[in-house]
Amino acid sequence: MPGIFIVATALEGSLGRSGLELVGGARTLARPLDLEVSAAVLGHGAHLADAVDELHAHGVGKVYRCDHPALTAGQSEAVLAAVDPLVGRERPDIVLVSADTVGREVAPRLAYRHRAALATEVTALDVDGTVILARRQVYAGRAIATLAITSRPAVIAVKPRALDVPERAPVRGTVEEVSANIPSELRLQVREIHSERAEVSLDDAAVVVGGGRGIGGPEGFKLLAELARVLGGAVGASRPPADEGWVPITWQIGQTGKSIRPNLYLAVGISGAAQHVAGVSGARTIVAINKDPEAPIFSLAHFGLVGDYRQIVPALIARLKDAAGT
Amino acid sequence: MHTIVCLKQVVDPELPPWDFGIDPATKRQVRTGKPLVISTYDENALELALQLKERVGGKVTALTIGPAGEVKDAVRLALAMGADEAVVVDDADAPLALAADKAQVLAAAIGRLGSFDLVLTGCESADWVERAVAPFLAEALEAACVTFVTRAEVREGGLTVRRTSDEGFHVVDVRLPAVLSVTSDESLRPRLPKVKDIMGAMRKPVQTWTRAELGAAAGATGVEVREVAVPQRTTKCEFIEGDPAQQAEALVSRLRALKII
Ligand SMILES: Cc1cc2nc3c(=O)[nH]c(=O)nc-3n(C[C@H](O)[C@H](O)[C@H](O)COP(=O)(O)OP(=O)(O)OC[C@H]3O[C@@H](n4cnc5c(N)ncnc54)[C@H](O)[C@@H]3O)c2cc1C
Repeated sequence: MPGIFIVATALEGSLGRSGLELVGGARTLARPLDLEVSAAVLGHGAHLADAVDELHAHGVGKVYRCDHPALTAGQSEAVLAAVDPLVGRERPDIVLVSADTVGREVAPRLAYRHRAALATEVTALDVDGTVILARRQVYAGRAIATLAITSRPAVIAVKPRALDVPERAPVRGTVEEVSANIPSELRLQVREIHSERAEVSLDDAAVVVGGGRGIGGPEGFKLLAELARVLGGAVGASRPPADEGWVPITWQIGQTGKSIRPNLYLAVGISGAAQHVAGVSGARTIVAINKDPEAPIFSLAHFGLVGDYRQIVPALIARLKDAAGT
Repeated sequence: MHTIVCLKQVVDPELPPWDFGIDPATKRQVRTGKPLVISTYDENALELALQLKERVGGKVTALTIGPAGEVKDAVRLALAMGADEAVVVDDADAPLALAADKAQVLAAAIGRLGSFDLVLTGCESADWVERAVAPFLAEALEAACVTFVTRAEVREGGLTVRRTSDEGFHVVDVRLPAVLSVTSDESLRPRLPKVKDIMGAMRKPVQTWTRAELGAAAGATGVEVREVAVPQRTTKCEFIEGDPAQQAEALVSRLRALKII
């Protein structure tokens, strides 16, 4: 039966938050368009059963389970090989994919193969009559574009962390095992996986300390790490420190880097370029520390401290430690 | 090895906010009178192509779609940086096109160029950020695809590349032909051409084809841009004065009072 088809990957163990965010997106579309929601779960191993349960617990009735040893982290070509025939068979109106490392490679290729309309990096979904409205940031977050998706099928790639995880709504679901016909010789083979995940991950941190070019080098980031530690938060960066190799590229926040949604974001030595701001607009409170009182970051920040971070940050650390002691 | 690098020309993405505006007629950024540059990551892609050529030999072709008059500077810069030749697909509407449509034109142009081993693009364009051209091209050209690549080494039968992932990076073996999208890295800082290179670029071949010649009709993508809105920000910054110790003291108590920490 045609409907909304979620591509839920569990390549690294669990289903993950972004899989459930797709369920949230599917629910937004399902009722007004009167479509049913089903999902394919792809991965390998025992945890797939948990992923299926998670989907059922969040209201997805029909789940196609695809278990294959090639369906592991980063193997986008294997995922494509597994999903493509399923989409061809089930002929959904809408395919939802998470725009993560694998999804970014898979979504356009799936759209190409099925002559589908494509919207990528989507941050909000809505319906107007039978037209799907997909919103996304353009021009480094300086503007929001609303795309009207008029044809079917449509492939929609949703930016991770843009949609909310929906409330649980358990259903008695069904599972269909699907065998994937994945060629043994893939053109792409992931050989090594390196994690640069910090102790507190940027994705979930309630507090993030971001450092920019003004930090001046890797040494300065040690100071920021200490500030992050006393606040129980994570460290991130603008693009220059990532480009220069002062910090891992996965720490980059912004249009090209991560979008973060902490309660508190401290921008240190960051000028506030639109491409950076694009990733922090979800922060509840922004504090900027910058020696230039004219820095554009101050037009976005709730609190501004003008001065050299090399004096302000140690003072902050000392004050916070004091406060913790009393 | 023949590497084709797809370059897009965009309005300088680092222009200050007051220089940014949306044209209500085209629903795109106002371009008139604004400086145009090669989209940020496309320059990194070109740099990677040139480094690979330096290591293993071969040829680098720069390929762009745009109003032929407008893209001249971008093409000259690519040639001055070291591309061997350039192809321009003359298309006045290119600044309005979405990735699905662009990829179709690029694929047609690459088809006409004949053989290639590698196609490189930026990981995203600085204006519309769809991140879809490389995977689309890979399908159209029946090639492998890796996105967000920061390093590439040639090995027997293909490349070993580093792909930036959500958590860190992957080392990936990929067979040729392949389409890679490239992101920035300390090793991919775009080179600055010398005066001699700029002069030399004048003599390098540039071919101009039209979209019609390529038989790439404007495709129905099923997606229309309905609206492009510039959100208004209304935050008012509370500046905290004093020496560093006073600033720290005041900030911590404000954040505590507001129950933010
Ligand atoms: C297509 C594209 C994508 C991009 N994607 C991203 C992205 O994802 N993320 C991102 O961040 N950028 C991105 N950029 C880059 C972006 O445009 C800016 O160049 C970048 O954000 C600037 O970083 P910065 O603020 O750290 O550096 P700068 O703009 O150089 O600012 C440094 C700041 O530090 C201050 N400073 C210096 N010394 C001190 C000190 N001792 N104490 C206190 N303050 C000090 C200075 O006053 C200045 O304001 C992108 C650009 C393009 C074109």
